[in-house]
Order: sequence, then C-alpha cells, then structure tokens
Amino acid sequence: MTRAIAVFVVLAIFPLAMQAMDGMFYVSLASRILIYAIAATSLNLVLGYGGMVSFGHAAFFGAGAFVVGIMAVEGVRSAWIAWPAAVAVAALAAFVIGALSLRTRGVYFIMITLAFAQMIYYIFVSLKTYGGDDGLSLPGRSTIGFGTLGNDLVWYYLVLAILAAVLYGLQRLVHSRFGRVIAAIRENEARAEAIGFPVYRYKLACFVIAGAVGGLAGALIANQSSYVSPSLLHWIQSGTLMIMVILGGVGTLWGGLIGAAVLLGLEHLIADYRIGWLAALAPNYQDHGALAVGIVLLAIVMLAPEGLAGLFTRRRHA
Amino acid sequence: MLELRAVSKRYGGVVATDDVTLDVLRGEVHALIGPNGAGKTTLIGQISGVLATEIGRILFNGADITHLPAHARVAAGLARSYQITSIFRRYSVLENLALAVQARSGSSFRFWRPVREESALFDEARALAADIGLQDRSSTVAATLAHGEQRALEVGLALATRPQLVLLDEPMAGMGPQESRAMLALIQRIRSRVSVLLVEHDMDAVFRLADRITVLVNGRVVASGAPAAIRNDPAVRQAYLGEELAA
Repeated sequence: MTRAIAVFVVLAIFPLAMQAMDGMFYVSLASRILIYAIAATSLNLVLGYGGMVSFGHAAFFGAGAFVVGIMAVEGVRSAWIAWPAAVAVAALAAFVIGALSLRTRGVYFIMITLAFAQMIYYIFVSLKTYGGDDGLSLPGRSTIGFGTLGNDLVWYYLVLAILAAVLYGLQRLVHSRFGRVIAAIRENEARAEAIGFPVYRYKLACFVIAGAVGGLAGALIANQSSYVSPSLLHWIQSGTLMIMVILGGVGTLWGGLIGAAVLLGLEHLIADYRIGWLAALAPNYQDHGALAVGIVLLAIVMLAPEGLAGLFTRRRHA
Repeated sequence: MLELRAVSKRYGGVVATDDVTLDVLRGEVHALIGPNGAGKTTLIGQISGVLATEIGRILFNGADITHLPAHARVAAGLARSYQITSIFRRYSVLENLALAVQARSGSSFRFWRPVREESALFDEARALAADIGLQDRSSTVAATLAHGEQRALEVGLALATRPQLVLLDEPMAGMGPQESRAMLALIQRIRSRVSVLLVEHDMDAVFRLADRITVLVNGRVVASGAPAAIRNDPAVRQAYLGEELAA
C-alpha cells in the first residue's frame, strides 16, 4: 500500500517537474505510457491471473479506439457517451470472441483469438468511410462538459486517475471470491470444475472484464493523439501488449505499468538519443530500433524470468 | 440413490465400459473392484460427468443426470476424488478446503469483497481439516505435504462440497500400511453421513468397508452383491480374485 502511494505521488509530481523544465513532450509520452499500462494491465488479468493466453487483445483496444473515433467524426464528442459506448462495444466483442474461443485450449486458444482479432483488423482496414488503411483523424479530444481535455496536463491527470482506479479495481478483484476462482482455474482447471465451479462461465466473465477495460484504454489512446489507426487492431499490437505483460510480470499488479514504461521508454530512448560509442560501432543503429529493443528485452527476460515486477516483490505462494 | 442403466463407453472400437447397470443405495459403501483396465476409472468419469455418456442413462436421486455438466452434478450432491492426486498445489490446506466450501456456498460472481473477510468459509475449512486429520497442517502449502496427507486432502476436497454421494477413486493408491489405516479410518468416520462408491485395489480395505461389492471385468459387471457372496462367487474367483484370495 505504501509502495502504491509512493508510485502515484511520483507520477503526480512528474508533469509539474516537466512543466518547470519546459519538457511537456515528456508529459505527452508519459500519458501514452499510462494508457498502454491500462491496456497491458487488462491483458494481464486474462493472461496472468486467468492463465488464458489471449493473442488477440488488440481487438478490444482497437475497437474501443474506433468507437470513439467514429462517434467523434459523426459529431458525438462527449466522453460521457463515447467512452461508455467504447467499453460496451469492447465488452460485447469480448463476449462473442470469448464464448467461441474459450471452448478451445492451449495453442488452439492462442490461434483462434489471433484469428478473430485479425478478422476485426481487416474489417476496419476495408471500412473506407472511416479512413481504411489511412486511419481516422478526430476533430479533437472528447469533451466532458465543464472543461476541455485538450490541455495535456489535465489529460495526463485524467489518465493517471483512470489507471489508479483500474489498478485498485484489479487488486480488489484478485482477492475477491471471483479472483480466487480465476486463480484456482489457472492452477487446476479440472479440479475447479470437480469441486463445483462452472469453469467456462468464470473464464468468460474474466475475458469480458479484461476486454471492457481494454476498450477503455482504446478510448483513451484515440484521444491521446486525436488519431485512430487500424494498426491499433493489428496482431503486432496484441504482441506488443503481450510483451509488456511478460516484461513487467505475468500475474502481478504492477506488471502492466512496468512493462509499458520500459518498452515505450526504450523505444523512445533508442530512436531519439544517439549514443556516441554505439554509433561509432554501428553508425545507423537507430534505423534498426526494433532490433535494439529486442536485444534489450531478451536480456531483461533472461535476467528476470519472472518479469521486472518480480525484482521488487517477494514472491507469494498464491 | 445412484442408478446406472445400461451405461457404455466406447473409444472407437475399444470398449471401456459395457452395458453397466448398477445401484448405489443411500447410506451404503459400495465398492467397485476389478483388474487393471476393467473400466473402473472410466465409469467414475462417466458418473462424475468428466466423460460424456452416449449410451445408457445415469440417474441421481431419481433425476436423469446423463447429460448434466460436471459442476452441476457437484451442485446436485455428487462429488469425486481422483486416483492421481489433483489438488491446488500452490495453496495451503486451508485455502484448498475454503475454495471447495466457497464453491457450494453462494455465488462466486462477487468481485469486490476480499475472501479473507469471509470467516465462515475458513471456519468450515478448519473443521474439515480436522475431519481429515490435517488440523496441524492447515497452513502448509499442499505441494509440500507427504503423499498420505495429499491423499487425505484429495478426499477432503470432495467432502468439502458436502456431497450426498462421494466417488472415491483408489483413495489408498500408493500408500504405505500406516497411511492406508488412516484412510480406512477416515472412510469409516464419514460413512454415517455420506454414501460412498469406492474404487480400490486394497482388498483388505474393500472387504472391511463395503456393504456391497460390484465386480467389473473388461467393462462388464460379472457379479454384484454382499462381500461374502462375492468372495465365494466362482466366476469372480476365476476372473479376478483367485490368486489374491488363495494367497
């Protein structure tokens, strides 16, 4: 608890410090990281806590983004309407995809969730009315009635508050009756059924909750840069979220946040800062950012096999 | 209370259970014996709902449960234990039992209140731990228990669902003499409040516990009746018991 407060105090002071140092760019980068943290945390609920390796989480993230984007283009810019709509559509998509996918296990589950997400990706790519490949530019951020979300500082604090709410909700959920059942299913699915839990229903509920939160993150990312690209729905996006979770710590509260911060921070560092001695060795290394990120990730995963969160917490037994 | 009516199970051309008709009466310990590969575990799987039954009918308390999913059979009062220990290995004994208590007491679609605050679950789990002789091990992680203790927890998980009928699949598998005696005593203690369908290879235990015995050979019932009758049944002696009883 004290750790959680410390983390959020630091995150709350950060933009003020950046403002003083004339570094508003970093506030924008930080909001992006926090939004990805929400998305990765929602994936961690199914993947880490629920043990369901979903390779299609981008479907819910992207669907949430497109709902906000399409509604904005059609003139509905109120966050009070568009965001709940994004959450509802993502939850519905998760319900349909989950209901079908959760009848399979293991590799088949991974492949079928991937296939569904790719189907949705291609639907949006071919939706020329709403940008197709080029994506969709929004007239601006959502409105909330009494103020504007256009201010990057206000926007940052709103995203931070939502992340805090999501993490607190996850913490409550994990220790609730429902959370215990989900953990038990991950531990021993056959036995969970044999002591009387309708396993399928619990897994589906978990999948839908994660999809809904993923949709909320999507609604936020659409606002972040007032632009929605179909690449948000692409399988690479699902992979990126998965890497964040694995990097940060599968089935840990802070895993999503740590993973998002490290991955996006790394990408930024490699692309925007030229390291002298590295450039002397490989002059155009910055053109191969993905390779560099990959090497660093490989090192982290080898050195911290339980994710970076595992370096901070003692491992508990359940 | 449990009635099997001409139940069969085939895997392609292989017959696992073949036209099995069997009754378990309320209050009895009914033993199911037979050589390895006779179809005993398949039958337990069919009764518990883990394996689908396409041929024949299964009735429990008069209701047809042939196509009911496994979790719904547990809710109806029919629980099982496994031949190969299947427990929540990373949880403590108490957490294992509390989870099974939770399964039958109220909805678990509750997302906010910590389970830890529900003392009723843990009080009952503690009582169960005492029942199965693990009261001193209640905070031990299940994976680190001795084999006999894990087997007791295996049975405890089934009992925690408060079944009317419990299916025990070789509860004494892999046990030494002392552990077997403890399991025998446990089954003696529970038999007054729950009916038992017992699959077991330990003939000594079977003849001590069983009110009636059914013998399965190659998936078929070859005999069924009181222990004394089974012991003297020539077909049974020839098919299965022969060597062991002669010894």
